[in-house]
Amino acid sequence: MTTSEMMTLKTEPFVLNFGPVHPSTHGVYRMRATLDGEVVIDLEPVVGYLHRGIEKLAEERTYGGFIPLTDRLDYISPMSNNLAYCLAVEKLTGIKIPERGEYLRVIMAELQRLANHCVAVGSFLNDAGAYFTPFMYTFREREKIVDLFDMVCGQRLTYNYMRIGGVSQDIPEEFLPALIKVIERLTIFIEEYETLLKENEILLARSKGVGILTREMAIDCGISGPVARASGVNRDLRKADSYSIYDRFEFDVPTCETGDCYDRYRVRIEEMRQSLRILSQAVKDIPGGPVKAEVPHLIRPPVGEAYGHLEAPKGELGFYVVSDNSIAPYRCHIRPTSLINLSALRDMVKGWKVADLIIIFGSIDITMGEVDR
Amino acid sequence: MTVALSGKDIAVQIEEKFPGSLEDSGKDYLLVKSDSLPVIAEYLKNTDSLNFDYFNFVTAVDYYSYFEVVYRLDSTEHNHSIVLKTRCYDRDVPTVPSLAGVWQGANFQEREVYDLMGIQFEGHPNLKRMFLWDGFPGHPLRKDWNK
Amino acid sequence: MTVPEVIINNLPMEATPPDWPGGYWWHWVFFSIVLIGFMLTMVIIAIYIERRGMGRMQSRLGPNRAGPFGVLQMIADVVKVLLKENIVPDKADKLIHWLAPIVAFVPVALLFTVIPFQNGALLADLNIGILFIVAVSSLTTLGVFMAGWGSSNKYSLLGAMRNVAAVVSYEIPLALSIVGTLLVAGTMSLNGIVLAQDIPFILLQPLGFLIFFIAGCAEINRSPFDLMEADSEIVAGFHTEYSGMKFALFYLVEYAEAIAISAIITTLFLGGWRGPLLPPWLWFIGKTLVVFFLMVWTRTTLPRVRIDQLMALAWKFLLPLALINLFITAIQVLAWDDAVNWIAVVINIVVMGVLILIWSKFFKLGWGRIEV
Repeated sequence: MTTSEMMTLKTEPFVLNFGPVHPSTHGVYRMRATLDGEVVIDLEPVVGYLHRGIEKLAEERTYGGFIPLTDRLDYISPMSNNLAYCLAVEKLTGIKIPERGEYLRVIMAELQRLANHCVAVGSFLNDAGAYFTPFMYTFREREKIVDLFDMVCGQRLTYNYMRIGGVSQDIPEEFLPALIKVIERLTIFIEEYETLLKENEILLARSKGVGILTREMAIDCGISGPVARASGVNRDLRKADSYSIYDRFEFDVPTCETGDCYDRYRVRIEEMRQSLRILSQAVKDIPGGPVKAEVPHLIRPPVGEAYGHLEAPKGELGFYVVSDNSIAPYRCHIRPTSLINLSALRDMVKGWKVADLIIIFGSIDITMGEVDR
Repeated sequence: MTVALSGKDIAVQIEEKFPGSLEDSGKDYLLVKSDSLPVIAEYLKNTDSLNFDYFNFVTAVDYYSYFEVVYRLDSTEHNHSIVLKTRCYDRDVPTVPSLAGVWQGANFQEREVYDLMGIQFEGHPNLKRMFLWDGFPGHPLRKDWNK
Repeated sequence: MTVPEVIINNLPMEATPPDWPGGYWWHWVFFSIVLIGFMLTMVIIAIYIERRGMGRMQSRLGPNRAGPFGVLQMIADVVKVLLKENIVPDKADKLIHWLAPIVAFVPVALLFTVIPFQNGALLADLNIGILFIVAVSSLTTLGVFMAGWGSSNKYSLLGAMRNVAAVVSYEIPLALSIVGTLLVAGTMSLNGIVLAQDIPFILLQPLGFLIFFIAGCAEINRSPFDLMEADSEIVAGFHTEYSGMKFALFYLVEYAEAIAISAIITTLFLGGWRGPLLPPWLWFIGKTLVVFFLMVWTRTTLPRVRIDQLMALAWKFLLPLALINLFITAIQVLAWDDAVNWIAVVINIVVMGVLILIWSKFFKLGWGRIEV
């Protein structure tokens, strides 16, 4: 062997399987990564471990009876799923929601956004290696929000609170004072959290410049939500295609420029602040009155189709409902936010190391219930 | 507010450019023939006043005698949207050209439609089943699927 | 007489030779038993401090069911782990898989033999104590690599490779940061170093202390450098495929190494067993536990670094700083007869502050994306 032959060591790439059972793949998700040493060359996502056939089940349930199933889609933020489905069916039937119902819907949706971002930020930092400490802190705050939901609908995870025509029941008396306390507490908490993490050297070194998603690729893949806004796509459905009564509230839409993991983390923290703003305005202006419109128990929408979408905490969640004037939907398709956000993972990860693969995947914030349905 | 563009106006434009490719157009949808789908998609993406650069979703509905594939496109610049539909009448091997080359977002979703409805997308780089395993009998979302 | 002179005149200044009844072999038997007992007891106390301390810092209670305030939790864990089935993967290399925990454990036990508990109370008062420590402490890596290789699991191999890379990188700053204290103390024997600490060396060699602490944490796979067994990435790194007693041995190795590094820091920088009222071995144990608590604190607070960032930190940041520290200490030792004085303290602290500020401006943590 000549010296030059000895100098170039031949290495072989190998396939490492990050199996469905893994401490940080956010559910049952499998990736087959081709690695050259520690550098990721290729990535193949394998999904389908949580496929329950919810779209087929929709054809056998009534319109109102499908709402509990929508809870199980993105189980970290069920209120948004319920609301998206109800918006789609209300577009089909043209039902008008009473004022108090609309305000309650906005309050629940924004509280859900806060709870979801608590989980997202906590598990992002957990993947970065801070051994559960930020995770515990954010979950402590999420407990307060989940207690509020418990007060309203008796459930801690699958709320089944929205109905076609409004919400299912009115809030008890102690809800609004408790909500005001939570808003104050969360405002202080976000400040505390930021001082610990915003300028942390190690977090900056791990996530700044890592896993960049360019603006063109984000739009081409159809990516929405905080991931897209961190890449510079200024599209928030609460402003771009305003639904419910969001046009009455004042809030900003945070965007960032680069589209790396650090930007996605910053966008989520800023969104939490904006949600607190919306909540304080909603709590002040909430009127009295009924919370649900008078709709028959078994709805029969006219023949047609409608697409109702909203800005769920993870992105644009939409329901495409086709009706043939019977008591069950003819076809109900769910626009899967997490699956679409996942489609750019391969390009985001090429060239980075194994440790970055985990942190990039964690920063997209995916729930397998929505990917697989 | 996102304006759902009227299918009739765009229909006029498309008939000029690609005569004979349009089957029908309604208040907010365009029904095109499946062969001319890729050229119309390119046209919709690249024309200046239309600029449909954001691929929202693709799905399929089984209407017993035909399959209808529904695409929804959005434009981030002009904030308008359009629904594009196409039909395939073959029950055994329905085929539609793939739009994965035009928008990357179509890749995973077309695999899902293939998996659950059985519609073949011609020209798709990696048409494998996505949620169900390879030996699964049939395509579950079809109306005549019975286990 | 000034206060420092009073203290100096009243402390014994020579090491007392071992003069046990029965001679050397009884000394050896007695101390072997004491060391093994010490190691196991300290590990149990260390695990308790870690779990309760970490729990309280994360705003939750630690273990508090087994025994009052959870003190018997470790006993319960040890018994549980010993009773588990010993599973060996089919394709594993049996001999290497079996030998790895032993090869990892023996050097750690050897480390304790040269650490003084009291004046003259050590198993072997080698006059090259520090050299022995630096040499023996890197043998653990061999055991870790054997574990990673013998498990026939890609995750384990990845973890073991990372470990080897990290330990090799951090040996040099570790050794260099100790040399400063050796120059000031004038001897390599650990008992001698303690005796020379009229002013604790943490004040005389602050930069050395920091570098040794960081390099020590990296050598023993503790956060923020615990990517060798990164829970959230490669499942459990090199000890993924171990269960039962072998896993208990690896777990023991991790905490025993942490206690050993804490003990070495206490001896080298904090004044070992020196202290006014209490018996010296109590001072020693107390200081060791304080240093260990510092390690628990950094583990709970900081996220993890990546492997290339880890190596960049060693080669580009710690190594130059350790070299500069060495030069400055050498100049000080040449300039004054007795290098242990307060002027040197002030100079060294100022130098440390200036160096860290300047160097962190130049320093970039590793490279990023690689073109594929």
